[in-house]
Amino acid sequence: MTQRLPNSFRVGPNEHGHFGIFGGRFVAETLMPLILDLEKAYATAKADPAFQAEMNGYLKDYVGRPSPLYFAERLTEHLGGAKIYFKREELNHTGSHKVNNVLGQIMVARRMGKKRIIAETGAGQHGVATATLCARFGLECVVYMGAVDVARQQSNVIRMEMLGAKVLPVQSGTRTLKDAMNEALRDWVTNVHSTFYCIGTVAGPHPYPMMVRDFQSVIGIETRKQMQEAEGRLPDSLIACIGGGSNAMGLFHPFLDDPGVEIFGVEAAGHGLTQLHAASIAGGRPGVLHGNRTYLLMDDDGQIQDAHSISAGLDYPGIGPEHSWLHETGRVKYLSATDDEALAAFLLLSRLEGIPPALEPAHAIAKVMELAPKRPKDHLMVVNLSGRGDKDIPQITEILKGRKQK
Amino acid sequence: MTTRIDARFAELRREGRAALVTFLMAGDPDPKTSLDIIKALPKAGADIIEIGMPFTDPMADGPSIQAAGLRALKAGMNLKKTLEMVRGFRKSDNTTPLVLMGYYNPIYIYGVDKFLSDAKTAGVDGLIIVDLPPEEDGELCLPALKAGLNFIRLATPTTDDKRLPAVLANTSGFVYYVSITGITGSAAADSKVVGEAVSRIQRHTKLPICVGFGIRTPQAARAVAENANGAVVGTALVDALSDSLDAAGQATARTVAEVAELVALLAQGVRGARQAAE
Repeated sequence: MTQRLPNSFRVGPNEHGHFGIFGGRFVAETLMPLILDLEKAYATAKADPAFQAEMNGYLKDYVGRPSPLYFAERLTEHLGGAKIYFKREELNHTGSHKVNNVLGQIMVARRMGKKRIIAETGAGQHGVATATLCARFGLECVVYMGAVDVARQQSNVIRMEMLGAKVLPVQSGTRTLKDAMNEALRDWVTNVHSTFYCIGTVAGPHPYPMMVRDFQSVIGIETRKQMQEAEGRLPDSLIACIGGGSNAMGLFHPFLDDPGVEIFGVEAAGHGLTQLHAASIAGGRPGVLHGNRTYLLMDDDGQIQDAHSISAGLDYPGIGPEHSWLHETGRVKYLSATDDEALAAFLLLSRLEGIPPALEPAHAIAKVMELAPKRPKDHLMVVNLSGRGDKDIPQITEILKGRKQK
Repeated sequence: MTTRIDARFAELRREGRAALVTFLMAGDPDPKTSLDIIKALPKAGADIIEIGMPFTDPMADGPSIQAAGLRALKAGMNLKKTLEMVRGFRKSDNTTPLVLMGYYNPIYIYGVDKFLSDAKTAGVDGLIIVDLPPEEDGELCLPALKAGLNFIRLATPTTDDKRLPAVLANTSGFVYYVSITGITGSAAADSKVVGEAVSRIQRHTKLPICVGFGIRTPQAARAVAENANGAVVGTALVDALSDSLDAAGQATARTVAEVAELVALLAQGVRGARQAAE
């Protein structure tokens, strides 16, 4: 069967939550009625100008939007090619793009009358954003976090607790993000009447991938406007890192129908694609997990494999279903960066621009270092600086200390 | 078309009693012991056997069944070997209904058509797939019905009267009522509340209704059997199995017997129940 390209890349998903063969609603019956309620509540909110207005107010005064589009002059000079801009999502309140989505979901939860919020978190950024907004709106907050991630992201655990959230370390499975998501789903199934599950990425059962994308699209919408103001035209390329893929989807989606804009997603290649990694598109195939069909890392029996990345936020064996579809249609190119490449990018950016990026967007910077020198000087490249590196400094210190000793 | 499940419930109606439905994980703690256990179940009093298909990420299961799945996977179990186990069981038992229970991904990766044909040939009677609600019926439910397998749906306390018809539409064999909102191995539901829920579902279907989640003891099984057509016990059996293992997690001489003895007690409980008049 030859695949026909759609007229628009921005119309998905269909009413069943499908992006091509991807997406869907693969959940236990207990959750199905709630997911249908959520779909309705979100559709109503989306169509309500009062909801939009309230959200825009908080985005401006509480989150601090719009985030700047910054010309990275010294990195541009250093690489000697494309003109590089950073979308400064790390300057948002809570330190990453995660807050855009959490704000939206908490406002939907409030409209649904839910008083208890649960979330899963990998690096802790989504957990921190959720804990923050639960504090702001006086809601009970429970965050599931893999025990491995609790150990490597201590500062975020402390932050969440200070914000009043209960952080529950997850000991099952591989004790990382995927297990945190399993445990959050188990909590949700148990407390379905009182609880709203605030998913941190563009994955999970419909309507989550669509809803999270919509809330994150503020990144790309602002970027279009800001680039017009700075350069009088659209960018030539966009780059963002991908775990589940919410910061990437937020930047990409408003540009999907601009054929002149090249788009690159960067997965985590861990120790390398032939070894332990977290690159679902490069090393996986379509399967069903956590409520949706998407590219997953798994063995021949359909058992989910352990992902590995230096970055807790990318350490997930799947990817949002819309990314799987954008990969298969060819609209977005998916690359990958190793732990070592991300670490080098972290150090370079800290020294050249005075901006230590989180290890997650350091993967995107690593590919900028490869792509930018091959592009002409009038090529406009935007990279989503989705989070700040403060949380990673203890982990990076340990790694560098270990290397010196060798 | 009459399946082994239909035949078994017809038989039980004649006997005037409810079914004891047992759940254990395929390959737990190892493929050979697992087959020995399954073979011992009918004699111990199991009327219908559910066999779990191990999966790394069982989102609806509590710690006991999660651990059972991981033990099985570690012992080399997979979907192909689960079907081999069914064939092994069928060599000596051609009447006890066998239902495979689990999650969709291993089946999807095996290939839906190949799986259905291999499962039917092996002697599987029905499927319970936790993460396939009616909204995804095109994936496996409809092909399974076409292949002559029962597709047993879960109904839950959140499945209201408006939604029940959709849930029951393509359900066959029996309806599995999940008595609580929660995961396997949770606390039991109040038997009066369960009884009311069963009556509610009975107003929508003539299919037998089996109740599961939270039933651990012969007394609890008996209480459920007074209102429903079957009581499903899983976690308690998996725990009995797990308790019989040695420090390294290997089967001991007691493993098969421990499970069979608990099944016998549960069967007494179910058989002691007065069946509600139909």
